[in-house]
Amino acid sequence: MTKKTFLERLNDPQVFVLDGATGTNLQSRGLTKGLSAEVWVLEEPDKILGLAKDFVAAGADIILTCTFGATTIRLAHTTVAGKEDRINRKAVELAQQAVAGTDVLVAGSIGPTGQLLSPLGPLEETDAIKCFAEQARSLATAGVDLLVVETQFDLAEAKAALTGIRMKTDLPVVCSFSFDRGTRTMMGLKPSTVGEEITPLGVAAIGINCGRSLEDNQKAMGELRESTTLPIWYKPNAGLPQLDPDGNSTYNLSPEEMASQVSGWISIGAKLIGGCCGTSPDHLSAIAKEIRK
Amino acid sequence: MSDLLRDIYSSIMDGRQKETAEKVQEALDQGADPSVLLNEGMIAAMTEVGKLFEEGEYFVPEMLVAARAMQTGLGILKPYLVKADVKSSGKVVAGTVKGDLHDIGKNLVCMMLEGSAFEIIDLGADVDPQRFVEAVHQTQADIVAMSALLTTTMPNMKVTIEALKAAGLRDNVKVMVGGAPLTQQYADEIGADGFAPDASRAVATAKSLLAA
Ligand code: B1M
Repeated sequence: MTKKTFLERLNDPQVFVLDGATGTNLQSRGLTKGLSAEVWVLEEPDKILGLAKDFVAAGADIILTCTFGATTIRLAHTTVAGKEDRINRKAVELAQQAVAGTDVLVAGSIGPTGQLLSPLGPLEETDAIKCFAEQARSLATAGVDLLVVETQFDLAEAKAALTGIRMKTDLPVVCSFSFDRGTRTMMGLKPSTVGEEITPLGVAAIGINCGRSLEDNQKAMGELRESTTLPIWYKPNAGLPQLDPDGNSTYNLSPEEMASQVSGWISIGAKLIGGCCGTSPDHLSAIAKEIRK
Repeated sequence: MSDLLRDIYSSIMDGRQKETAEKVQEALDQGADPSVLLNEGMIAAMTEVGKLFEEGEYFVPEMLVAARAMQTGLGILKPYLVKADVKSSGKVVAGTVKGDLHDIGKNLVCMMLEGSAFEIIDLGADVDPQRFVEAVHQTQADIVAMSALLTTTMPNMKVTIEALKAAGLRDNVKVMVGGAPLTQQYADEIGADGFAPDASRAVATAKSLLAA
C-alpha cells in the first residue's frame, strides 16, 4: 500500500486530524514531572507506543514523534545527553509501529532549543542551525513523512530551524508558533508577521500550537489567515492549566467543549487540526468525529 | 522627581544600558542619595517594566534589555550603596533550580537584594542541588534563594532542601523560594522558610528571615 503523501493530501478538499498532547498525556501515564519525555523513548518505549496507538485509534491522520526536545542543546541537561540520534531514530520507529497497516503519516517533531538566541541569550545562530540540522538528519534518515517545527516563539530561531533542516532534507516542513501571550508570542511576535516572514521560506503549512485560551488561539488564527495563503496547522491547548499544590497541571476543557469549536476553526481556515497540552485521546476522538461529520 | 532621576527611570524602561550608566554616575557625582536613585529611579522603572509585561505591552526582549540596563546601573551604584549602608545584611546563595533556564526573575531578585546590601553568590541557572550544598558549605551563607519558573522543575526545590538536610546544613541556613508558578502553600509544603511573589517582597522576606 502506498500512502498518499503529505503534499498530496494538502491538495485534497478535506480537513485532516492531527494528534493530541505528548507531555501532559505521558505525565498522566506516569512520566515524572521534570523528566523529559524523550527519556521514555529509550526507557519506557511501550508507553510512547501506547499513546501513539491511542491517537491513531482516536482518528488521527498524522501523528507526531516524541522528539520535541531531542536536540543536543535541550538534552544537554538530562541523563540522556549524547543519545539524541538514538532517541530520534527510536521515536520514529515507535511512531511507525503505531501506524503500521494504516494510512496515518508520521511527522517528526522539532521543538525550540529552550535557549534564547544571541544577543538576548547565550545561543549563537550557527550553533542553533547545526543543532536543528542534526535532528532533521536523524528524523529524515529514520523515515518520517514530514517535519514539524513547533511551539516556536522567536522568528530568528524558527528561521534557524528551517535553515538547518534544508541543509539535510527536502521533506515537507510545517512551521508552528505558540502565541502564549494572547495573540503574540513571548517575544512579542504577531501572527501577521509570522505569515509574512515564514510563507516565502518554502514551508508546506504554517501553524499555531499551544498558546493561551481557545479564544486567543482562534483570534491568532484569524490574524494568521489574513497574512498567508498556506494551509493552516492548528493544535490549540485544551484551555488553561490549573495548578494543584503538587505542581500537577490539569486542563479545564472537556472533549465535548473542545469539539464544539471545531467547525469554527474550519471556517476560519484550519486545514489540519489536533490539540496541544491537555488534549487526551478522548479529546482527539471528539475532535475527529466533529471533523468527519 | 529630578530630571536626572527621570532620565535614569526612562533609560531603564527603554533598556539603554550606556545611558543608564552615565546618568547614574552623573547623579552620584552631583551628590544624589544612592538609595533614592535605587528605589525611585531603578526599582520604580523595573516595577513598571514588570507591570507592562503583565499587561502585554512589553515582551521578553524589552524586559531583558531593561533588566540589563538596571544591572549596569546597579554596578555603578553598588560601591556607594555599600558605603552608605556599611553593614552587610547577610550572605545569599542564589540560583534557578536544576533543569530550569529562566533567570530573569532570579536576576531581578538578586539585584534588589544587592541593592539592600545583601552579599550575593549567584550560581546562575540550571543549578544542581549539590552545587547549592557546596556553595552553602563554602561561603557559610545565611540564605539559600531558589527560583523556578517551570512546573516541571519546581520539585527540584524540594530535592535541594533534602540535599541540604542530607549534608547536615539545613539548620545553618534559611531557605526562600519564588517564581511565577509558586505559592506560599507550595513553599510550606516543601519545607521552605520563606516565599515571595515578587522581587521587592523578596527583600522583605530575606530581611525578616534573618531577623527571626
Ligand atoms: C528566592 O526567592 C525568590 C523570590 C521571588 C522570586 C524568585 C525567587 N524568583 C522569581 N521571583 C519573583 O520575582 C520576580 C520579579 O518580580 C518574578 O520572577 P518571574 O521569573 O516570575 O518574572 C520575571 C521577572 C518575568 N518572567 C520571565 O522572565 C518569564 C517569562 C516567560 C515568557 C518565559 C521566558 C522569558 C523564557 N522561556 Co519559558 N518563559 C515563560 C514565561 C511566561 C510568563 N508570562 O511568565 C514560561 C515560564 N516558560 C515556559 C516554558 C514551557 C518554557 N520556557 C522555556 C524557555 C524560555 C526562554 C529561554 C526562551 C526564556 C527565558 C530567558 C531567561 N534567560 O530567563 C523552555 C524551557 C527552558 C528551560 N529548561 O528552562 C520552555 C519549556 C519553552 C519551550 N517550549 O521550549 C512556560 C512554563 C509552563 C509551565 N507550566 O511550567 C511559561 C509559563 C510560558 C507559557 N505560557 O507556557 C517573581 O516570580
